[in-house]
Amino acid sequence: MLRRIIALMVKEFLALLTDKKSRMVVIVPPVVQLLIFGYAASFNLDHVPYAVYNEDSGRASRDLLAKIQGSPNFSLKTVIRSDNEIAPLIDTQKVRVVVHVESKFSENLLHQRPAEVQVIVDGRNSNTAMVVLNYMNSIVTDFNQQWAIRHGHSPPPARLYVRFWFNSALDSHWFVIPGIVALLTLVVTMLVTALSVAREREAGTFDQLLVTPMTPLEILIAKALPGFIIGTIEATFIILVVVFWFHVPMRGSVAALYLGLFMFLLSAVGTGLMISSLAVTQQQGLLGAFLFLVPTIILSGFATPIANMPPVVQVLTYINPMRYFLIIVRSVFLEGASFDLLWPQYWPMAVMGIVTLATAGWLFRRRMY
Amino acid sequence: MNVQKQRGVRKGINIMRLKGLIRKESYQIVRDPSSIAIAFVLPMILLFLFGYGVSLDANYVPIAIVVEHQSHETSDFLAGFRQSRYFVPVIVTDIQAAEQAMIEGSVDGIVWLRENFGKKRLGTGDAPIGVFVNGVDANRARIIEGYVRGVWIKWLERTSIESGRPLHIPVEVKAQIWFNAQMRSRNFLVPGLIAVIMTLIGALLTAMVVAREWERGTMEALMVTPVQVREIILGKIIPYFIMGMGGMTLSVIMATWFFHVPLRGSLWVLFAGSSLFLVTALSMGLLISVVAKTQFVAGQVAIIVTFLPAFILSGFIFDISSMPPIIQTMTHVIAARYFVSMLQTVFLAGDVWPIIIYDGLALTAMALLFLMIVKKRMKKRL
Repeated sequence: MLRRIIALMVKEFLALLTDKKSRMVVIVPPVVQLLIFGYAASFNLDHVPYAVYNEDSGRASRDLLAKIQGSPNFSLKTVIRSDNEIAPLIDTQKVRVVVHVESKFSENLLHQRPAEVQVIVDGRNSNTAMVVLNYMNSIVTDFNQQWAIRHGHSPPPARLYVRFWFNSALDSHWFVIPGIVALLTLVVTMLVTALSVAREREAGTFDQLLVTPMTPLEILIAKALPGFIIGTIEATFIILVVVFWFHVPMRGSVAALYLGLFMFLLSAVGTGLMISSLAVTQQQGLLGAFLFLVPTIILSGFATPIANMPPVVQVLTYINPMRYFLIIVRSVFLEGASFDLLWPQYWPMAVMGIVTLATAGWLFRRRMY
Repeated sequence: MNVQKQRGVRKGINIMRLKGLIRKESYQIVRDPSSIAIAFVLPMILLFLFGYGVSLDANYVPIAIVVEHQSHETSDFLAGFRQSRYFVPVIVTDIQAAEQAMIEGSVDGIVWLRENFGKKRLGTGDAPIGVFVNGVDANRARIIEGYVRGVWIKWLERTSIESGRPLHIPVEVKAQIWFNAQMRSRNFLVPGLIAVIMTLIGALLTAMVVAREWERGTMEALMVTPVQVREIILGKIIPYFIMGMGGMTLSVIMATWFFHVPLRGSLWVLFAGSSLFLVTALSMGLLISVVAKTQFVAGQVAIIVTFLPAFILSGFIFDISSMPPIIQTMTHVIAARYFVSMLQTVFLAGDVWPIIIYDGLALTAMALLFLMIVKKRMKKRL
């Protein structure tokens, strides 16, 4: 039995890796995408282009503007002198922010009257707009504190001291890059499995396979193993790059991460094979793979948090294997989690894996054309 | 003379032959319902699901509030959190319980009012309020911090009025958010989603059609007829273009009626831009199909080069201007990038010509390049 499984598995590997194009497709893109996405996928904003419109001639406004210019988050693009220059700059996105200081700013400030600084933000990307506003607010809060101390004002009755756990510098790369482990592992596994049965069905070789002495279970194992092996190798490579190239801290237990990876691969390989054995043609297999991949990735919490989704959609994400693995990856990397905290994430993936694999094996014989 | 005449014929496009090819392709589409599903049903389901599911607005954030000593001052402070729609406060009495809840992930933040909070506030002032936010999701953490600051400032204002001690804040930021005053993330995510979905549709529709003909040998049969390469290409693109535009129309209707995204630009600009993009996406699918030769590889390539780049490198969710310069340069080869920028502008800002013309030219250039390569690759194999 073992010999038969190994023989079929070797054949699967050959089918996948002897064609040069197919080999390239499985190996090169994940590596390239890992590097590109690792740098690209971030919510950090650096060097946001902005323009200054200063009608005030006092020192206070110059001090405040110097503070903004000194921040690594902003980069000064241009200085403007009239109101009607604002709209063209923002409309064409040459700048994202215009800081407007009115003519009585310094005078008001010195006489303890409310001094306002107007911040005009391009809201086309509302997330960017909100982050930009938060940056501005914290620069101005700093300025206010220094001003109050220098001019002997009484402090406010209470003050906030904010600390961020697990990611004190709030580097969003730390959030996104571990997620890429899950993202690329899923895509590679689908590439390897989703068309494997459909292709043989279209070519007619699957019927030949069914009349050999191999049982459906043996076929299933032999078809699943290449996805498992390639998935594990590529995931390991990605994890190494994340730790040693991108320097994301690995605070938790590696074994807990790998148990998660195993469960995740189980569910991904199972789904891939199930899609593949449902499809009659490769075209349907591809369509099925897309139909599974796209919602799974977008509704996994990879880029936008699940907590922000409406309750109905949140419930729907419980059948999404990537949801669980993302939690495992992030808690092991950043929060230092170990097995005890992660059980609720492991078993749903195991259930999904067993159900999908069983369905795939059942479909082998039942669906014949 | 005779040769010249033949050459003259070869240069043009024979409408009758083209019609025949389009009819053949249309039959193929109608008889395999999966491509109709791809063009019309898929965009609606995906847009519906993602339009609801994808959001960057944090609401109802569970937050633990540690009140070590209950007093009038603390309950006053708590009221601010209770009234805010951004928070679901959980009151605990000691910090250990709150920290445990944060480690387990049942709360996303902690606000710590120490025992001497009331006394300090009434006395010397400057009572410390400890705020801890789970920073794993840095973007969400920053938004939560902003919300906590908002509650705090409102509380300062309220208490200063009550106590008669005027609150003096030296400089106030007066924010003006253009194009999206309520900062609904859906307003920019839905147009971006349309771009991502249309990229998928375009590639899915055409990525396998030529590879399939090669694999089945029907391409050779087509090649020995007088039909020319450019006629084959047009015959492939036109029917799928019509279907793709149908899907696009449905998406725009859903975005404006269902998700209430404002459409501030003009419809015809939207139509022209979408047509350009769709031609680009379809030619990219054809290119994949022609280069890959087999359906198996074409399918794999389509998965890799369409969805993930459109998702991550198009500016749909991650801002391109804050990527490292090298990556920013790379995004120029992603067609979806131009369509995302065009859609976000046309939907939210209106007809901003410099952006529309730039994106339109880039898309045209890409479409022409793809089609030229397709034509060259197909001819070679004759």
